[in-house]
Amino acid sequence: MLIDPVTLVVALIIASTPVLLAAIGELVVEKTGVLNLGVEGMMIVGAVTGFIVAVETGSVTLAYLAGMAGGMVLSALFAILTQVLLSNQVATGLALTLFGIGLAALLGVGYPGSTPPRVPDIFPQALQDIPIAGPILFGHSAMIYLAVMLVATVWYVLQHTRTGLILRAVGESHDAAHALGYKVIRIRILAILFGGACAGLGGAFLSVARVQNWIEGMTVGAGWIALALVVFASWKPWRVLFGAYLFGGISALQLRLQAAEVNVPVALLDSSPYVVTIIVLVLISSDRARAALNAPASLGKVFHASG
Amino acid sequence: MIVLEKRPTPSRFWGAATPVAAVFLTMIAGGIMFAALGKDPVEAIRIIFWDPLFNAQFASYSRPQLLIKAGPLILIAIGLSLGFKAGIWNIGAEGQYIIGAICGAAFGLAFWPSESPLLFPGMVIAGLIGGWAWAMIPGVLKTRFRTNEILVSLLLVYVAEAILASAATSWLRSPDAMGFPGSRNLARHPGTDNPELIAGTGMHWGVLAAFIAVIAAYVLMNRHVLGYQIRLAGQAPRAARFAGVDPNRLVLLCLGISGALAGAAGLFEVSGPAGQISIDFNVGYGFTAIIVAFLGRLHPIGILLAGLLMALTYIGGELAQLMLGIPAPAIQAFQGMLLFFLLALDVLSNYHIRLKRTEAA
Amino acid sequence: MTPLLEIRGLTKAYPGVVANDDVSFSIAPGEVHALLGENGAGKSTLVKMIYGLVRPDAGAMTLGGGPYTPAEPRAARASGVAMVFQHFSLFEALSVAENIALGMETPPKPRDLAQRIHHVSRAYGLPLDPDRMVGDLSAGERQRVEIIRCLLQNPKLLIMDEPTSVLTPQEVEILFHTLRKLSAEGTAILYISHKLEEIRTLCDAATILRLGKVVATCTPREVSAAQMAEMMVGKSLSQPARGATEPGEVLLHVSGLSLEPASPFGTPLRHIGLEVRAGEVLGIGGVAGNGQDELLAALSGERRVEPGMIELRGERIGDTGPEARRKRGLLCAPEERLGHAAAPDMSLTENAVLTGRTRRGLDRSGFVGWGRARAFAEEIIARFDVRTPGPGVAARALSGGNLQKYVIGREILQDPDVLIVNQPTWGVDASAAAAIRQALLDLAQNGAAVVVISQDLDELLEVSDRFCALNEGRLSAPRPARGLSMEEIGLMLGGAHDMHEAQLRAATEAAQ
Repeated sequence: MLIDPVTLVVALIIASTPVLLAAIGELVVEKTGVLNLGVEGMMIVGAVTGFIVAVETGSVTLAYLAGMAGGMVLSALFAILTQVLLSNQVATGLALTLFGIGLAALLGVGYPGSTPPRVPDIFPQALQDIPIAGPILFGHSAMIYLAVMLVATVWYVLQHTRTGLILRAVGESHDAAHALGYKVIRIRILAILFGGACAGLGGAFLSVARVQNWIEGMTVGAGWIALALVVFASWKPWRVLFGAYLFGGISALQLRLQAAEVNVPVALLDSSPYVVTIIVLVLISSDRARAALNAPASLGKVFHASG
Repeated sequence: MIVLEKRPTPSRFWGAATPVAAVFLTMIAGGIMFAALGKDPVEAIRIIFWDPLFNAQFASYSRPQLLIKAGPLILIAIGLSLGFKAGIWNIGAEGQYIIGAICGAAFGLAFWPSESPLLFPGMVIAGLIGGWAWAMIPGVLKTRFRTNEILVSLLLVYVAEAILASAATSWLRSPDAMGFPGSRNLARHPGTDNPELIAGTGMHWGVLAAFIAVIAAYVLMNRHVLGYQIRLAGQAPRAARFAGVDPNRLVLLCLGISGALAGAAGLFEVSGPAGQISIDFNVGYGFTAIIVAFLGRLHPIGILLAGLLMALTYIGGELAQLMLGIPAPAIQAFQGMLLFFLLALDVLSNYHIRLKRTEAA
Repeated sequence: MTPLLEIRGLTKAYPGVVANDDVSFSIAPGEVHALLGENGAGKSTLVKMIYGLVRPDAGAMTLGGGPYTPAEPRAARASGVAMVFQHFSLFEALSVAENIALGMETPPKPRDLAQRIHHVSRAYGLPLDPDRMVGDLSAGERQRVEIIRCLLQNPKLLIMDEPTSVLTPQEVEILFHTLRKLSAEGTAILYISHKLEEIRTLCDAATILRLGKVVATCTPREVSAAQMAEMMVGKSLSQPARGATEPGEVLLHVSGLSLEPASPFGTPLRHIGLEVRAGEVLGIGGVAGNGQDELLAALSGERRVEPGMIELRGERIGDTGPEARRKRGLLCAPEERLGHAAAPDMSLTENAVLTGRTRRGLDRSGFVGWGRARAFAEEIIARFDVRTPGPGVAARALSGGNLQKYVIGREILQDPDVLIVNQPTWGVDASAAAAIRQALLDLAQNGAAVVVISQDLDELLEVSDRFCALNEGRLSAPRPARGLSMEEIGLMLGGAHDMHEAQLRAATEAAQ
């Protein structure tokens, strides 16, 4: 057989995790009505800070924390600009990405080729040796499971808790939320920081666990895919998981097809994750009514309490 | 407590002053960054902003570079500014730039080794059409299916890069290159070249096109109904529909113009300064042009100045790399910072900032 | 009796305007107290201070004898002050129960909350389904959500900001029953309105504000509406007048107009038919959200329909855009001044070009003549008494009344054959409103056909020759406006929404 389905599924899960983490964070941000287009920038800064700490300390846990911190610092910039200084969210998000890519490259000078510590598996070898189910279910490092748990947590909090209700309300109508006395700006800043931490964590997972190297510009659009996934998922957490696996599946599959030297133009394979993302976006946004219903009504609008 | 109060009318003074202030603050923050890298900040800033123009040793090389680098930045940014004014966000100019270059180059190479004087104009048109068509993808998807143009235009950059790689390594590869990637050199062949028009200035057809675009955009935005409609659609979309502006037409128009200009910029680059299609032909002008557009306040004259300034940071950055060993990405971070400061200071033109004593509750 | 709420010397200034200047009054428990004043008199600011949204610059409040300084709405609610907003503080994409939970400090579990909603809504005659999406509710039902949200917290003081502007006369009746019942139970009500008859029916006392100051206090039952109006405005206003005209030929003919809404919570238009003649004013009444915006969009050309659905002098124009219709003489003025009828950040000159381009010849082969545009803007400013430093000022710097005069003037000076206006005097001070109504009547007098869409029934009765009602996207048959009673109009508007006859009776009984 050309491609082993089990290793493909394993590769799919790993490939999807960085975008999954970034997307679930962005989902929370967008649910509060903020559009942060700087995901790519936050991810790549997380990737580099995570990688540096991994190499310097040898601790994977510290590396992930550093990735989160890196993403958060960048998102704090975005939060100050858009929430306190009321700048345009689209422009500021773009600035964050452009700045983040430059900053990450700068921080990472001298690190390409360094070896990070090995990321430990969490289940015993015996479980991993079970045919088919073993590698798929038990063959991963802790972050894979944490990412899925994060999706479940976000879903539960948004749908079933008062915190989630307030988050959604702020995104639905910031004026109404303000009139009821909710601290719109504070809530949004916290959400933005959460999104930054998630994006940074996704980046750190990419450099430390998946690629195990630092390469300039290594996110190659993963942050933008994460943004697209949120739209694709109609702002629903479980659909983000599904979308991330779909994207991860195509990435993993096209890499294997390239390795197997199938007779398909490389350009087509290389661009397939992006093309598929675009196609999926088209399919989802052509269903007008649903797209409009689920989108937070205040998304991207500037909030300024008057009087 | 600091309180923001919305101004009834945006301040003209701050509208003009913020870019200058942002440049100044970026120099300070950049200086801190260079100091953190262990370099002398004052010297670094001098090398970036002063030496390329006025240092006798470098200026003869650097000055022409200023126009060479500013040309594509201005050309692309002018196109982007129309859409940004209308609230249409084409952020995939980098992709349109690549496709324009590939289409224009492919047109020239198709008639190789013709030296017809009609060839270069044909290449320009092919470049315009290539960039236009690439920008029409997000345009049509937005108007037909309401797909977000930000995401689509950006994702298409990666697709364009994949196409560029395959063009450079297979279907546009030079037969004389003995298997190395890269097309034939267009700049060294009469008929396909985009020559320096006035020796020693760096002025080529693309720079001329950029200047023409600045003037055309100025007239369009200030005098023409279409420019009025673009501004109206960006500020008050509902009022624009009420005035009779067809939003779909505007989307296609703005994306089309910005795509075509980016495509032309790509063609001018590949047939002039770059010379050939290669894997790393694009150097991020399409993204930097976004900064240029904002720094120029989406105003044609402002973009002209911002393009020159940004070109200066490119040249000065290379110089700083050479002289002080400042890593190349530092300049990219520096440019990003500039945009941050600009956006942060923008608050001054729309709001009064007042200090208020917090009353006891 | 010790007052429940006492306000002494509240002052609040914004740059350029003193919103409240040394305002004092008090409310006793169970009292229904009216706060009366024109738009811009400072009612909203005062109420925001009582509800903790705005902090006063000077002055003090006491509640139940103790000092009362709410730092935020949460503190106000905790002290027993609740508020029903004029522009609802509701979330369209959330359910009724979720909306109510958001307005409570410690909401019970969802199931218990649903039960309490049922209970309270029945007790006060305000039927409501907790699971419905608020975006799908009528304006009256949305108000019930707000009221119940307040009632669930057993408030000592209930603030109501212009509560009847979105209700049909029948719904107003029900609301008054509810408020009287609350008052009888000891809840004080601060009732903000500029509708004098309502205040005379409902309120025990009234404080009248003008330009931020208390200008008078009175017992509404003991004074006439005209007296109160004079206290409120500071002068007596002339009623708009018009000479008699014979309606001419049919200018605008609409038939079988149906249109799906553009937004998820919009109202579809259903088989609308109307006709307006030269020299005639047709009034279209209805509570907001019953298809007014959609009707205006279809008539202005912002939304295209089948060609034959709209005819102008017999020409089928349903599929043409706004500019083509303007060229033919059909002009519109939408409700939302900032962002729809005018671009907020653009100057008045630029806003003159917005609709005046074609008919006033403000462009030549695509190039705008800014000199001509400026002259047109100056003409509007002069002819319609728009108070502004000049045509270079941004639209949003103008007060509501002045901008509305500018917008209406811009259309009238283009000499329309048919003019359609939506809410021409909404949020406009009384003298500007009178000027606008007079201008509309003059336009009709000069032979134009005028359609006035409005929620303000008094206004419609004042200006219209014929009246019809828009209810859930359907338009009733027109009736001569003269001699119509409020009761009849109310029934035309659909009575009390989503209440059957029996329910209505039960509700009224429960509230008594």
